[in-house]
Amino acid sequence: MKAFQERLDTVKRFAEAELRPRAGEFEVKEEIPRSFLQRLGEQGVWGATFPAEYGGLALDPVDYGHLTEIIGKACNSVRELLTVHVSLVGESIKRWGTEEQKRRWLPKMATGETLAAFALTEPEVGSDAKAVHTSYKQKGNRFILNGRKKWISFANIADLILVIAAKGSELTAFLIEPSMPGVSITKMSGLLASNSSHLAEIHMKDVEVPDENVLGRVGGGFAYVVNTALDHGRYSIAWAGVAIAQEALEAMVTYSRTRKQGGKYICEYDGVQRMIAESSVNLRAARSLCLTAGRKRRDKHPEAMAETMMAKYFSSKMAMKVATDAVQVFGANGFSRKYPVERLFREAKVLEIIEGTSQVLQPLIAQHTLRTGYRDEGVITK
Amino acid sequence: MSVHGKIRQYIRSNLVTFDAMGTEFTDDDNIFEKGFVNSLFAMQLLTFIETEFNITVDNDDLDIVNFSTVNNMVRLVEKKKKENTTA
Repeated sequence: MKAFQERLDTVKRFAEAELRPRAGEFEVKEEIPRSFLQRLGEQGVWGATFPAEYGGLALDPVDYGHLTEIIGKACNSVRELLTVHVSLVGESIKRWGTEEQKRRWLPKMATGETLAAFALTEPEVGSDAKAVHTSYKQKGNRFILNGRKKWISFANIADLILVIAAKGSELTAFLIEPSMPGVSITKMSGLLASNSSHLAEIHMKDVEVPDENVLGRVGGGFAYVVNTALDHGRYSIAWAGVAIAQEALEAMVTYSRTRKQGGKYICEYDGVQRMIAESSVNLRAARSLCLTAGRKRRDKHPEAMAETMMAKYFSSKMAMKVATDAVQVFGANGFSRKYPVERLFREAKVLEIIEGTSQVLQPLIAQHTLRTGYRDEGVITK
Repeated sequence: MSVHGKIRQYIRSNLVTFDAMGTEFTDDDNIFEKGFVNSLFAMQLLTFIETEFNITVDNDDLDIVNFSTVNNMVRLVEKKKKENTTA
């Protein structure tokens, strides 16, 4: 416990001193230098939840949540790498990989020598994940992949990509390397946010993948690999919302206590205090949801997936609201790149879309509630 | 409670149907094809079976068919328990 806290404090100091001041610069340059990511690797961040035997820190879900908040508060794009590299790909290999696959990939992923990306989304396929067009066919002990993926975070610098492909209604997960013949990557640019997250399109033309690169069972791609990955992804995004909101709240509080209008600090006005109070309460509510989900995940509770969805749903909406209020408190300065709140505002929006939009999660949460909230004895009448 | 009873009870408590009067399903009904549960349930069911019966389902057994009916799940659990005993 003490060792973990010390490690967390070290990461926090690094994030505050070196990561946070450069988050804006990374976005403008649309790049995070690989050398910088390596330095985070030296602190074990890229193998956060991997077992120690594969070079990881073996953090439990609650501790991983705290780590995600620290990184996300300093820089959303680096947090995004944590989400795809550790939560989406690392957790999938940890859960579904063969012993050989674990030994081959996890130790290098833990140091950051190998960076991983998760490729599910396509130009025409987003929320309807079962409908992927990227195809595979089997040829002896190899699989031939054809298709195109889009909006893939860190695909432009990834060394390993978990690709979901279809054969009819059957989905299978493949671990591919960008160096494989037939793979080409095109960087995406000029986005609302995540400009330094190396988003890219992946084109696959007759890519031959050996069968030892199949992750999980052939045909088990959706029910198991995709569901597991997105579940882990949602948990990470829930904490990402807390991270952005915490940063935005601190920015609005600090600004409101130094900015004077009408002869007094703007924090003295009721309208500003209302925004600060609402932000503060909602942030705490989101963090509580994240901690509840984290504890249930740690305990392998049957409701863990549902709690995670609720945490992601609330936290992403909360982050958007807090970041919007932060821009409001900053007034005209909220529009300036001189201050971080305009970036936080843009970054918060993405959280309501990725790993299941709010609209995709709503019916799932409703179904869960319709099930758990029903009384067999009927509605009580007076 | 028997393996069969525990699995039936778990599925019943996770049915996603709006019919408050109850939805009946047999031990051979495919719960996914009948729309009684949503797609996320596959993972939830796997976690339940592994923790409840203290078994590990490896990739070879991760065919959705093994989880599609009560009887198939009972067969899988009994097979894994037998493997654990003989291992």
